[in-house]
Amino acid sequence: MKKRNHFIIPTKYIFAVLAGLCVVLMGISYSTGLGGGALGTLSGYVFVPFEQGLNGVGGWLREKKDSLEDLAEVQTRNQELQDQVDELTMENSRLIQSQYRLEQLEELYNLDQTYGDFSKVAANIIATDGGNWFNTFVIDKGKADGIDVNMNVIAGSGLVGIVTKAGDNWAQVRSIIDDMSNVSAKTLSTSDLCFVKGDLQLMNEGYIRIEELKDPDNAITMGEKIVTSHVSDKYHEGILIGYLNELSQDSNNLTKSGTLTPAVDFEHLHTVLVITDLKQTVEE
Amino acid sequence: MKQKLLTALLIVVCFILQCTVIKALALASISPNLLLIVTTSLGFMRGEREGLGIGFCCGLLMDIFFGRLLGFYALLYMFLGYGSGLFHMIFYDEDIKLPMVWIALSELVYGLSIYFFMFLMRSKFDFGHYFLHIILPELIYTVALTIVLYQPMQRFNDLLDKLGGEPLRDYYKTSGSVGQTENKTEEL
Repeated sequence: MKKRNHFIIPTKYIFAVLAGLCVVLMGISYSTGLGGGALGTLSGYVFVPFEQGLNGVGGWLREKKDSLEDLAEVQTRNQELQDQVDELTMENSRLIQSQYRLEQLEELYNLDQTYGDFSKVAANIIATDGGNWFNTFVIDKGKADGIDVNMNVIAGSGLVGIVTKAGDNWAQVRSIIDDMSNVSAKTLSTSDLCFVKGDLQLMNEGYIRIEELKDPDNAITMGEKIVTSHVSDKYHEGILIGYLNELSQDSNNLTKSGTLTPAVDFEHLHTVLVITDLKQTVEE
Repeated sequence: MKQKLLTALLIVVCFILQCTVIKALALASISPNLLLIVTTSLGFMRGEREGLGIGFCCGLLMDIFFGRLLGFYALLYMFLGYGSGLFHMIFYDEDIKLPMVWIALSELVYGLSIYFFMFLMRSKFDFGHYFLHIILPELIYTVALTIVLYQPMQRFNDLLDKLGGEPLRDYYKTSGSVGQTENKTEEL
């Protein structure tokens, strides 16, 4: 035992060396954007299967719970729905006619550049940031499925966030309600540019902050749709972010800031779509 | 070797729980910090050397999957693990109260460091809000979870002791006395 003790490096040196290593790593990852590389790939293969498994169990339980709750409801609602079906059938035929007209008009105006044109990959959320400070999550698709850093993530019709790290079979997504998120946006009706920033203080109330909105004519009303802007170098143009909730004049009297309600329900998010086209930027 | 494998397994399990199931336990969207409990309580029971290693591994995992800067969480958790070992060197008590106070302190250090480096540095000055809405609730919740988890952690520590003898501690070389974790299960 004594002899063994002789060869032990004192813990304080190990501490100092590892602390130095951490600082160096932070420096490297800050300057080069290194995200773990081989470590990320390796740990992806260790953790993702477990997380997928747990996610599967959770999903199964949720389904069971839902189906039990639903069963009682279903019968009562069946009758209601039947009435609705009749009503909607009539409405539908009317809408098909308008749809046809809309398509013609769209063709005319070249306005078919909606997100239907992007190629998308569906992914499950398998892990969330365990802490309370940030709002990032991990999805079960990665480089092997064509996902890479800076790809936009949407759910339903709204923007969820952006891929910030990608392993072989997993990717880290930073949501737009995260405190470090900053999205260049515009109002849909007037095309005024602004910034949408996540804010931890507003996160629990379900809002995100909107800043530096120029609205000289006071033309913007509450409920205005805020979409991603054409000047953003990472986000595709025209993805819905949310609806304007509140707006007030800044102290500089030039710009306005306020809050908006995101279009996506972040509390109950289970699956997302990743747009696998990167926004085309001018090469420098 | 068996000790190391078992500890690694514990870290892996806790990490997976932390980023999947723990959100279901969240009260008012505040969830406890399981990895911090593991790091500080094992550091407290097994000394600064192992606390350091466990903290580094936990932090590195957080860094890989959720971190912004590789190494930030690793440094933070490593510091907490190392600190718990040193704290233990000064005070040893089989009682649960002291570790709980220590875990509360660690949570405070953890929360304050994250606020300082990740929020204050980006000129978010509303410290009161962050303290009352994030740091304090997380601290209370984590300490509450510690009450439940401390005994299983002690059992785990006894298991490690059985597998591979006494934990290595620098200060035993000077003090010369070894043996402190026995007779714990009987008390429980």
